[in-house]
Amino acid sequence: MLRQIEGSQAVAETVARCRPQVVCAYPISPQTHIVEGLSRLVKSGDLAGCEFINVESEFAAMSVAIGAVAAGARTYTATASQGLLFMAEALYNASGLGLPIVMTVANRAIGAPINIWNDHSDAMSQRDCGWVQLYAESNQDAVDLHVLAFRLAEELSVPVMVCMDGFVLTHAYERIDVPGQEQVDAYLPAFRPRQMLDPHEPLTIGAMVGPEAFTEVRYLAHQVQRRALDRIPELAGAFEAGFRRPAGGLVRPYRCADAETVVVALGSVLGTVKDTVDEMRDDGVRVGVLGLGTFRPFPAGALRQALGRVARVVVLERAFSVGTGGIVSADLDSALTGLPQRRYTVVAGLGGRPVTKASVRAVLDAATADDLEPLTFLDLDRSTVEAVR
Amino acid sequence: MFEVRIHGRGGQGVVTAAELLSVAAFAEGRYAQAFPSFGSERTGAPVVAYCRLSDGPIRLREPVLRPDALIIQDSTLLVQVDVFAGLAPGGAVLVNSRQDRRALHLEHLPPDRLVIVPASRLALTHVGRPVPNAALLGGFAAQTGLLALDSVIQAIRDRFRGGVAEGNVAAATEAYRLVRSRLEEQVDA
Repeated sequence: MLRQIEGSQAVAETVARCRPQVVCAYPISPQTHIVEGLSRLVKSGDLAGCEFINVESEFAAMSVAIGAVAAGARTYTATASQGLLFMAEALYNASGLGLPIVMTVANRAIGAPINIWNDHSDAMSQRDCGWVQLYAESNQDAVDLHVLAFRLAEELSVPVMVCMDGFVLTHAYERIDVPGQEQVDAYLPAFRPRQMLDPHEPLTIGAMVGPEAFTEVRYLAHQVQRRALDRIPELAGAFEAGFRRPAGGLVRPYRCADAETVVVALGSVLGTVKDTVDEMRDDGVRVGVLGLGTFRPFPAGALRQALGRVARVVVLERAFSVGTGGIVSADLDSALTGLPQRRYTVVAGLGGRPVTKASVRAVLDAATADDLEPLTFLDLDRSTVEAVR
Repeated sequence: MFEVRIHGRGGQGVVTAAELLSVAAFAEGRYAQAFPSFGSERTGAPVVAYCRLSDGPIRLREPVLRPDALIIQDSTLLVQVDVFAGLAPGGAVLVNSRQDRRALHLEHLPPDRLVIVPASRLALTHVGRPVPNAALLGGFAAQTGLLALDSVIQAIRDRFRGGVAEGNVAAATEAYRLVRSRLEEQVDA
């Protein structure tokens, strides 16, 4: 049903329609209205058959999620920023054990210095932990990706993070088609765990694996992620057939057909970039946008196919790796090895700095003139930097 | 696209005002995007919220930098914050105050662009608390003609219940009538 609703509340209602049996969360900062909304739905009885577990930390939240899903319950949690880092050890356990937890990451910066605002540093810091990472462009996308995420997670026995920009999406009121119960039920079958802990049929999950087989375990985990590269477009297609709107996918091209320059970006900044690209198109500049809907597994093949004939690629990313540069850029460079194109990295919107159309336009004008450093920090205030020196 | 920026202080319902405005626009079949300027919210601290209204989907996520209209919920901000930054030429300004344009040092704004409405007083009368947001939205509907008063009332009843809802509806309605009659006087004069 179409509603004018806050992003977090829409996600809460949608997660409820995915019929989770356990929702566990640490209720204070950094947290969103999502789990607050879910706790209300559990308490009011609107989310029947679900236990809400108020835990004492994010580490406990992920640990309880691991236990719950291992016992066969569809399980959800949410976090952000330092909370995700506090989960880090347990994140590897969830993926290493192949447990299909779905978690929202309401993307925020990581301190120090203390900063509560939006960027992608949190999720990017966990890119190697074995979770699938899907990125939402809008609140409609965020809502829809959660439905897709449960199906993907459970089919492949892999945990999935749905990354949505903190504040910019979570706290925005906009028009959202919140999926109905029948629609979700038709798309998302009941959870059938690959294996589960059952006192009547005892088994061990997560026994020690020594040097003789640890490589094989990691190899198999990699194969599961590679299967996800095939499965994500199929599930996106099935979603579109059922809900009559596109959701998810590996990459999403916008005005790329004849583009000489393509901007690669992920998350809510895509909307602003698309508006900028429309204006540049009006001025006759052949520029397009490629939205990255899936970051893990990294869709190298789809990117190579989409960007193979492009003269120039500008990666606009909301996080970076101190001491080396762009995180998405490094993966993209490896995916596009050998292609004779110029590539630029623009680090933008760190710690909640707004990414404006004017700034994106300025950096794209410089890029299309090939008058841009390989690594640029959008709107960097030189006077502040010089003052510190 | 029509862009609104709302200035106020923590506790005055600034973020709620932007949300209600978006819900009122949605009720009229339009697209709307409301979001706060995020910060460490504290009671009394300056707060900003934004609302975009459009006939089509809204993709832009930057803050409202060139507002077509300003709503100033607390007139003490006029000398504390550059509330007029980026205001579009001819942009409308709605201020919550019991003072007149001269006392507020706003004589440079022509009467057709500046409306002053005692929204806190109206809220105190009808709701029992000086939270001016709903009354200002009634005034905004009258000033800009962008929304019907009924849509604002619908958004208020959507958000609040019982006496709080009806008090805010009464405050918004009185502000609407006040502004309408004042603008009509200007036209007659």
